[in-house]
Amino acid sequence: MTNQDFPLIFEHSKAGRTSYSLPELDTPEFDLTETVGSDYVRKSEPELPELSELQIIRHYTGLSRRNYGVDSGFYPLGSCTMKYNPKINEDVARLEGFSHIHPYQPESTVQGALEVMYDLQQSLAEITGMFEVSLQPAAGAHGEWTGLMMIRAFHEANGDFNRTKVIVPDSAHGTNPASATVAGFESVTVKTNERGLVDLEDLRRVVGADTAALMLTNPNTLGLFEEEIMEMAKIVHQAGGRLYYDGANLNAIMGYTRPGDMGFDVVHLNLHKTFTGPHGGGGPGSGPVGVSKELAPYLPKPVLLKKEGQYVFEYDRPNSIGRVKPFYGNFGINLRAYTYIRTMGAEGLKKVSEYAVLNANYMMRSLQATYELPYTQHCKHEFVLSGKKQKKLGVRTLDIAKRLLDYGYHPPTIYFPLNVEEAMMVEPTETEAKETLDGFIETMIEIANDAEKNPEIVQDAPHTTIVKRMDEATAARKPVLRYTKKD
Amino acid sequence: MEFRYLPMTADDKSEMLSKIGVTSTEELFSDIPSSVRLTKELDLKIPKSEAELMKELSLLAKQNITVKSHTSFLGAGVYDHHIPSIVDHIISRSEFYTAYTPYQPEISQGELQAIFEFQTMICELTGMEVANSSMYDGGTALAEAANLSAAQTKRKKILVSKTVHPESRAVIHSYAKGQGIEVIEIDHANGITNLELLREQLSDEIASVVIQYPNFFGQIEPLADIQKIVADSKTMFVVSSNPLALGYLTPPGEFGADIVVGDTQVFGIPAQFGGPHCGYFATTKKLMRKVPGRLVGQTVDENGKRGFVLTLQAREQHIRRDKATSNICSNQALNALASSVAMSSIGKQGMKKMAWLNMQKTHYMKKMLTDKGIRVVFSGPMFNELVIDIGKSVTKLNQVLLTKGFIGGYDLEKSYSELTGYMLVAVTEIRTKAEIDTFVEEVGALID
Repeated sequence: MTNQDFPLIFEHSKAGRTSYSLPELDTPEFDLTETVGSDYVRKSEPELPELSELQIIRHYTGLSRRNYGVDSGFYPLGSCTMKYNPKINEDVARLEGFSHIHPYQPESTVQGALEVMYDLQQSLAEITGMFEVSLQPAAGAHGEWTGLMMIRAFHEANGDFNRTKVIVPDSAHGTNPASATVAGFESVTVKTNERGLVDLEDLRRVVGADTAALMLTNPNTLGLFEEEIMEMAKIVHQAGGRLYYDGANLNAIMGYTRPGDMGFDVVHLNLHKTFTGPHGGGGPGSGPVGVSKELAPYLPKPVLLKKEGQYVFEYDRPNSIGRVKPFYGNFGINLRAYTYIRTMGAEGLKKVSEYAVLNANYMMRSLQATYELPYTQHCKHEFVLSGKKQKKLGVRTLDIAKRLLDYGYHPPTIYFPLNVEEAMMVEPTETEAKETLDGFIETMIEIANDAEKNPEIVQDAPHTTIVKRMDEATAARKPVLRYTKKD
Repeated sequence: MEFRYLPMTADDKSEMLSKIGVTSTEELFSDIPSSVRLTKELDLKIPKSEAELMKELSLLAKQNITVKSHTSFLGAGVYDHHIPSIVDHIISRSEFYTAYTPYQPEISQGELQAIFEFQTMICELTGMEVANSSMYDGGTALAEAANLSAAQTKRKKILVSKTVHPESRAVIHSYAKGQGIEVIEIDHANGITNLELLREQLSDEIASVVIQYPNFFGQIEPLADIQKIVADSKTMFVVSSNPLALGYLTPPGEFGADIVVGDTQVFGIPAQFGGPHCGYFATTKKLMRKVPGRLVGQTVDENGKRGFVLTLQAREQHIRRDKATSNICSNQALNALASSVAMSSIGKQGMKKMAWLNMQKTHYMKKMLTDKGIRVVFSGPMFNELVIDIGKSVTKLNQVLLTKGFIGGYDLEKSYSELTGYMLVAVTEIRTKAEIDTFVEEVGALID
């Protein structure tokens, strides 16, 4: 990373400089002002950059050097599954026959694309143990909302309009309660017990005739498998509710167990996590949903089917919740996930989960003497430490995270889940080598030692980054959300 | 079988198991009850080597006709524009595409600054004060805008013009159901929103009026007139805009729009069968704290050096949970970057010229069609699309056009029963005079 101040693209613009390449008009010219009407002709040009092509390239290359991805180094960001993004995926997504097809082309002209989609649907149904899959949702949260809308439609189809509540564990991702609200439900929290699992007594207390669904991540956000899942499914189903599976943590269980076999009625997957679609600095993702047979009529439409050897979209789905997105989902991301599944197969995907879990347990056991480990059983693909001991020395989890930056690591997820004080959530993933894990473990122990002997070096971190800690309070109090050209 | 993404060796494994204090990885899965354990191997296709898989997928890709193998006049919300070569080179830099959301600003200044610049470019094009870091696509952005208007005005009805993209309308209906919002559609007249009906339906119960500009038929909706109709009420004015058109057209911000949304697919993003594209969401300062999704703000570090952070996060799901303004988490950051690079390349001078070229070529197409005796249905001003009366099945005509090397226009009957036999034709800057002439000839010959 460089250390200079880095201008905004607008700040090195120069009036009259261009980079565009447009064809000359080869048709007779019309007077557009006359046909459009002067009120509708833009008076002043938008203040877009004015640079040469090389200047643009240098600008964005410079920005990329001020950024950090999985290809830069270890990225154990819990809950986000920052695994390696295979390069063949990128090549496949850029094949002309996939990247330059229009969603409204006749189905006969896109059979190759539809075959990929159909085969991916089938593969995801098999991996999750669900009856049918839709690739339409654009991301995990979008899948959550889609799933809840299907559950809502199901209850309403049964004449059951009083199921207004969605139960969410206190350790759940923030998107769960937010999706419940957008789908028109009220969220009810169920507590976590002393073993880090859903408290069954509390679940029995909150469940009732008003329960629409329980949303659950399994393994949960503490990285622990909900062992009583069958009992939980029974409690919720007996009350008439349905079970929703948040697929954020599927990376822990592929080939070992399936949400469908655990009693879940709806599942969403994050193809940009488990199935290597890159995170792209925040997106695009892809959040397919899988459902049980009972809920299949409510899937978003159109539904992709195979009929007499041809792939066709079926629009005539009278009970469908409708469209959740224009067109057919984030096809480009789905292609990457498909390429990954075809690279790994059943054997490879099971190894993925085996090694993701092995790596996480190895790190957890290597760090438990140094940092407090609130839940001591074997973890799955991730684990949560608490910085409580270090906090007593005046070093907060935030300081530890910032100190990790000096060592060239992306820190773990911090202050989540909310039910662990000073939480650090570590997810190594299966694509990291033991040497990388050992290096990180050593660094974490060194930081803990510094917290005792030399706390300032941790409290004042980072020391080596291009900017120091940012004034986030001022950013929120006096928001500057865009550049304005100075006259 | 060996897997190139998995670095675990037998030695690693045994050292790690011994550190953990177990003898096999099986023990680490002992918390999964046997009743739910999978006892068979997943039934998936066998894994393939890189070369084999690339060959197979390339063959599948070759089965598809593309907007490059054929001359395309298909638009209807997804357009075939020139993508500057630099776009893919920039978004292929893995510091960008393998990064997560920039939650650690000290090592994410590149992404944060790129988003800040994207927000600025969107504000400039739309004439709005605030823009977010992106939404899934134009359709869901519009549905979020409709939801925001209901929350802000505490009203439960919205008016949506039937000239809004049919799939965006479908998404609005789905989102509205969750919030108990009633969606009333306003019919079209001569290709634009029926202003009489709009006026009749407006009342103090209406949260927002939703208009597309240019609309689904390519027609330029009279925003000045609609602004007057809406202006007297608390009702919000929501406009969905193709941002390229705003290089030439007066931006919705100048017509008093409260929220402007759309899709930046036109800037550097290939059609890729409908996604991922990239929604944008722009609004006024007044609504800044109600915006869905992520916002990047400028601030300084401890030493007073300028830098950028995610800000106003109290709106978002990871902080506010069930009280968040939206459930959106992942967005379309990499595609927003692609669009930023494309907008930078097109630049201040090129944006107007590119929009102008689209309009010029569409007007030429209109003249050629009219000369040929093919009826261009709507007479109002248009951007880069027009509607023609084929007088017979558009879908069947398109099958024949395919054999002549053309991807024909959108069959409007699919979404408008009253427009049977009408085709929506798009003409972008990369269509040549020769291509337009030949297309008109072929269509003319086929409908005679």
